[in-house]
Amino acid sequence: MAFGAFATSAPVVDSAPRRRSKVALLLLLPGIAYLALFFLVPLVSLILTSFQEKTPGTDIGVYNYAFNVENYAFIFRTYGEHMLRSVFYAVVATVLALLFSYPLAYFIGVTLRRFPLIQALALTLVIAPFFISFLLRTLAWKQILSDEGPVISTLKGLSLLGSDAHFTGTAGAVIFGLAYNFIPFMTLPIYTSLEKLDLRYVEAGSDLYASPARTFFSVTLPLSAPGVISGTLLTFIPISGDYVNASNAFLGSSETAMVGNVIESQFFTSQNYPIAAALSIVLMAAILLLVSIYVRRSGTEDLV
Amino acid sequence: MIGRFFARYTIWIYSTLAFVFLLIPIVYTIVFSFNDSRRTNISWRGFTLDNWIYLCEEQGVCQAFVNSILVGVIATVLATTLGTMIAIALVRYRFKFRAATTLLLFLPMATPEVVLGTGLAAEFLTAGIPKGMVTVILAHTMFCISFVVVTVRARVASLDPAMEEAGRDLYASPGQVFARVTFPLLLPGIIAAALLSFALSFDDFIITNFNSGPFVTFPKYLYTAAAKGMPAEANVVASAVFFIAIIAVIVSQLSAAAKRKRLAKE
Repeated sequence: MAFGAFATSAPVVDSAPRRRSKVALLLLLPGIAYLALFFLVPLVSLILTSFQEKTPGTDIGVYNYAFNVENYAFIFRTYGEHMLRSVFYAVVATVLALLFSYPLAYFIGVTLRRFPLIQALALTLVIAPFFISFLLRTLAWKQILSDEGPVISTLKGLSLLGSDAHFTGTAGAVIFGLAYNFIPFMTLPIYTSLEKLDLRYVEAGSDLYASPARTFFSVTLPLSAPGVISGTLLTFIPISGDYVNASNAFLGSSETAMVGNVIESQFFTSQNYPIAAALSIVLMAAILLLVSIYVRRSGTEDLV
Repeated sequence: MIGRFFARYTIWIYSTLAFVFLLIPIVYTIVFSFNDSRRTNISWRGFTLDNWIYLCEEQGVCQAFVNSILVGVIATVLATTLGTMIAIALVRYRFKFRAATTLLLFLPMATPEVVLGTGLAAEFLTAGIPKGMVTVILAHTMFCISFVVVTVRARVASLDPAMEEAGRDLYASPGQVFARVTFPLLLPGIIAAALLSFALSFDDFIITNFNSGPFVTFPKYLYTAAAKGMPAEANVVASAVFFIAIIAVIVSQLSAAAKRKRLAKE
């Protein structure tokens, strides 16, 4: 699947003679024009909107083009907390998803090598959550983990939790939901890396009297790094913009609102498009910055 | 002895538990599609098939589902066509702005959905385009293209150019070479890309929410319903989709396994 290609970044062999660049142009033009029109122009439009200002006396939701930097000052003053919270939730959820996924991906990619049929079944189980709506999965967790649900009431019955304890609506529940929902995005790329892992390198490690832990950290982990990197990106980016898990109707409450929730309410409830746009721009800039630092530090820039 | 057993099979035990964990909400959703729920589908009140049989009597569920299928099919056809063309050009031709093209294809995948959603909404607002089914299709096609390119590109790269040369040597026209040689060889990659596009489109909520106006897709229906109580009929639709998808995957994997076996024998 696409995640595999995302992870492997196989060098494209330049075998065919490069000819007829007119044909190339004809092949590229429609798709590139489409992306320019519906990806680049919207970004420009978003930047322009983020500087708009309200003219006194106009209807709600009507703004004029201006160069109003105050929008940015306003969001940093007002929503700084939401931005930090988004980054914090996204980092913790990504780490949790990584810790959960790595052993699972190792199991499917290495342990199950001798059993191709079970391996295929295991892969199907990993992607199975994709086949049931993201929103219903999250709602199912909300009901399972609710105060009257089986988990919390059992824990209360065993006196492991106080009678007034609750889980849904807390930061823990939101992080849990975020991590759960993006596990397949983490597991699949790591699996694609580990599946190709040459076990002779691992044997060499133990032949040279390295402890299992040493072998893992010096051999297995570095060899699976491309999968770990694309997995963390594929989880971190969507998580930081998500607003379903953190919303009131799902696992969150007003205390867990992330940047996505603010953008949604500014857009729909207040119809304050400039503020929603400015928040989107800041979110995108923050992600590009974090991702480029991360990618540079991990030494792989060839991701597509 | 017991300690060694656990040490040896830790990863089996862990993985089994992990799979159970991954499947919990799926099983929950399916089980509650059979709940005799009446008003809210939160506590179990007994088994019934009514939700499945009288599915479309629940206001809006079926319409939202049909809308999602329509959007998914149209966006998939558009994205697969545009994306496949780009993938062929990327592998087979040298052209200027290659790096810029690759970046343009990568960026939509690296941009969070709220940014894509608000950006398109700002554009449609500025251009005065009313939101509805058309804007949803335009948006879905956009975010599917990159995934199609990534999926099909791998297939184009593994295609042996000698096959096409053989076609040309036999005096086939460029159109014939494409229709008889290139396209059939790329087909598995194109099908995989189309399935992925459809899945992405069908389950998309965030971008859709910003660009749909009054138009309701299945995920949008779920989001609205979540606030006021989810009807069991929503679970029915999701469960049905799940069964169809899982059967399709299992059948395709079994046939791939059978094919490998046949090739190994020869």
